[in-house]
Amino acid sequence: MESRQMSTTLIKHGTLVPDTWVLVKSADALENLEKRSGENLIVPLALWLAEQQSIASRQGQTAVWLNSNEIPESIAGYLDRLPLVALNFPEFKDGRPYSSARELRQRWRYQGEIRAVGDVLRDQLFFMKRCGFDAFLLREDQNPDAALTAFHDFQDAYQPGTIQPLPLFRRR
Amino acid sequence: MYRYDQYDHQMLADRIAQFRDQTRRFLEGKLSDAEFLPLRLQNGLYVQRLAPMLRVAIPYGMLSSVQMRKLAFIADQFDKGYGHLTTRQNIQFNWPALADVPDILAHLAEVEMHAIQTSGNCIRNTTTDQFAGVAVDEVEDARAYCEIIRQWSTFHPEFAFLPRKFKIAVCGTRQDQAATQVHDIGLYLLKNKHNEIGFRVLVGGGLGRTPVIGSEIKAFLPQEHLLTYLDAILRVYNREGRRDNKYKARIKILVKETGVSDFRDKVEYEWMLLKDGPLTLTSVEVQRCRAFFHDPHYKSLPSHSNDLEAALNTDVLFSAWYEQNISEHKKPGYAIVTVCVKKTGFAPGDLDSDQMRFIADLSERYSFGEMRITHTQNLVLADVEKSQLYDLWKDLKTRDLEADNLGLLSDMICCPGGDFCSLANAKSIPVAEAIQRRFSVSQMREIGQLSLNISGCMNACGHHHVGNIGILGVDKKGEEYFQISLGGSADHNTALGKIVGPSFSQEEVPAVIEKIVTVYQQHKAYGESFLHTYNRLGMDPFKEALYGIKADEHHTD
Repeated sequence: MESRQMSTTLIKHGTLVPDTWVLVKSADALENLEKRSGENLIVPLALWLAEQQSIASRQGQTAVWLNSNEIPESIAGYLDRLPLVALNFPEFKDGRPYSSARELRQRWRYQGEIRAVGDVLRDQLFFMKRCGFDAFLLREDQNPDAALTAFHDFQDAYQPGTIQPLPLFRRR
Repeated sequence: MYRYDQYDHQMLADRIAQFRDQTRRFLEGKLSDAEFLPLRLQNGLYVQRLAPMLRVAIPYGMLSSVQMRKLAFIADQFDKGYGHLTTRQNIQFNWPALADVPDILAHLAEVEMHAIQTSGNCIRNTTTDQFAGVAVDEVEDARAYCEIIRQWSTFHPEFAFLPRKFKIAVCGTRQDQAATQVHDIGLYLLKNKHNEIGFRVLVGGGLGRTPVIGSEIKAFLPQEHLLTYLDAILRVYNREGRRDNKYKARIKILVKETGVSDFRDKVEYEWMLLKDGPLTLTSVEVQRCRAFFHDPHYKSLPSHSNDLEAALNTDVLFSAWYEQNISEHKKPGYAIVTVCVKKTGFAPGDLDSDQMRFIADLSERYSFGEMRITHTQNLVLADVEKSQLYDLWKDLKTRDLEADNLGLLSDMICCPGGDFCSLANAKSIPVAEAIQRRFSVSQMREIGQLSLNISGCMNACGHHHVGNIGILGVDKKGEEYFQISLGGSADHNTALGKIVGPSFSQEEVPAVIEKIVTVYQQHKAYGESFLHTYNRLGMDPFKEALYGIKADEHHTD
């Protein structure tokens, strides 16, 4: 299975923006890469690892997405040339991508876009942002305007995070 | 006690607004059951057998008189006039309406209370010994560190969707009353030879269907590294804890499957990244939090009270209560009073709103306006002058709160069970009551210290594994049966009880307990406790008394 995002509600920098990337969900088709010449693709980890050569030579940018059970270390060697890493929430209750995002920012000092994809709902956006996600592809049924307000649910936080790198106890 | 500043207040106000909106969307059908579920759970709201249940956090068990009166108000206004003290130092309301919950939370916020993360797959309310700060044998007061952990864990962005719930206990006393070793993380406060404060870190303890005693992964963690180290443990667990089977999702299973040594290495690897980073505790912050838990304005009193002595010599009932319910205080002339909320005929841990207001008044009259909740579902007035104990006892008597069974057989830990909880296999409250009725007060006093813990199902909310006698409700072809275990203990020498044999019907249980106690009384040496006697004798004499034949000829369930 492979799909262009059905509804393209992408939030970046606190606003709704058009999505210039196509999420390739399935890893099994090399031909996807060929058919999609010129497009910017986000491919699964298995495809990314297996098809380095064709990725290097194809027209258009290529990025990678990790499922919740895949760890950032597996793409550590590629991060300096990845403009974007997407982290998939198979279901919103799966909390592993929060740690992946933090690992990318803290351990691997990744500066590019970290995009939340999959079961991305408004009530988790604030947590995601504080863990280092900076782009959010909402699940299609989500109300985009309501989602934008979710980033302001809380004025402050006790822990350090990407919004505020110091924990509250160092500021109070 | 810790007091909120504008940041803490704002955090609660934001949370209530957020939950009000989530509740509205749910009631309007814009948020599905499945999506609302973790949101409401992280605000302490379960949907129970009869009505929603709201679990309110009492951080590390500390309550002021103002807070207690607010709980009484909530019980009257939004519930049926009572609340239930839990083994996590929380209080539960069993009858609120879903639509009222945001308003209840707003009332709680007025007195610096909340229901944040009292359920759900997140970091729960941190617990400690109820004698923190007043115990004679204390290494260090754990409450400041509990508050530091409370703030770190509140809305932690990375750990709101863990594989399963996560419980932390901190113990700074030498006689562990916090069941520290059966927590996901257990922290013992220590001082090293340079008199620096740190923690011995245990991980992977727990009760539930796979009871495990925690394993040490750090012998001495200097206090400034507390939060970075917790972050590291939680990250390993969040990434690697099992999510395919909720019965194998607790950290104890991960630690077991990974091996303690490899698990420690993984934590150390994560910790190297976080250590000395912004979460490193500053001495300013440690001092700030410790300052909230300074001693109240104690009088200098003689350690001996003539008034007390006179009362003890003239009033036998008072003297019995004094023997059982009073613990030694670090300050001369003061005593620690445990108010036992286990009177026969009342569900263990239940408090009605009149009792709540009454206790609040007593705390102001006798104990600096503060009280504590224990994980054994009782209440503590921690700072009572010895010369006032007799007056306090007479006051307690006027509201049926003078039970003098602390630590005795009838001072049971008991979950709400099948009367309220939709998870339960069996009703635990009627069993508790039947056992209480089986023994007279003088019999129980003769039996002495004996912990009896009852859980209505293997989720073990009643901590049955660590009761000297444990009772577990099981389902046997649709009927309620009870499995008995012996030899559990929740103190510094934590031990898990062993199942004695096939389970019993509800009617049989009181007689079974009596037989067990009789075996103990026949075999005990002078002054020997039940637990000690059991450990010396082993299981066999108990099996024989219960099943009449050698139990190994008998099949267990």
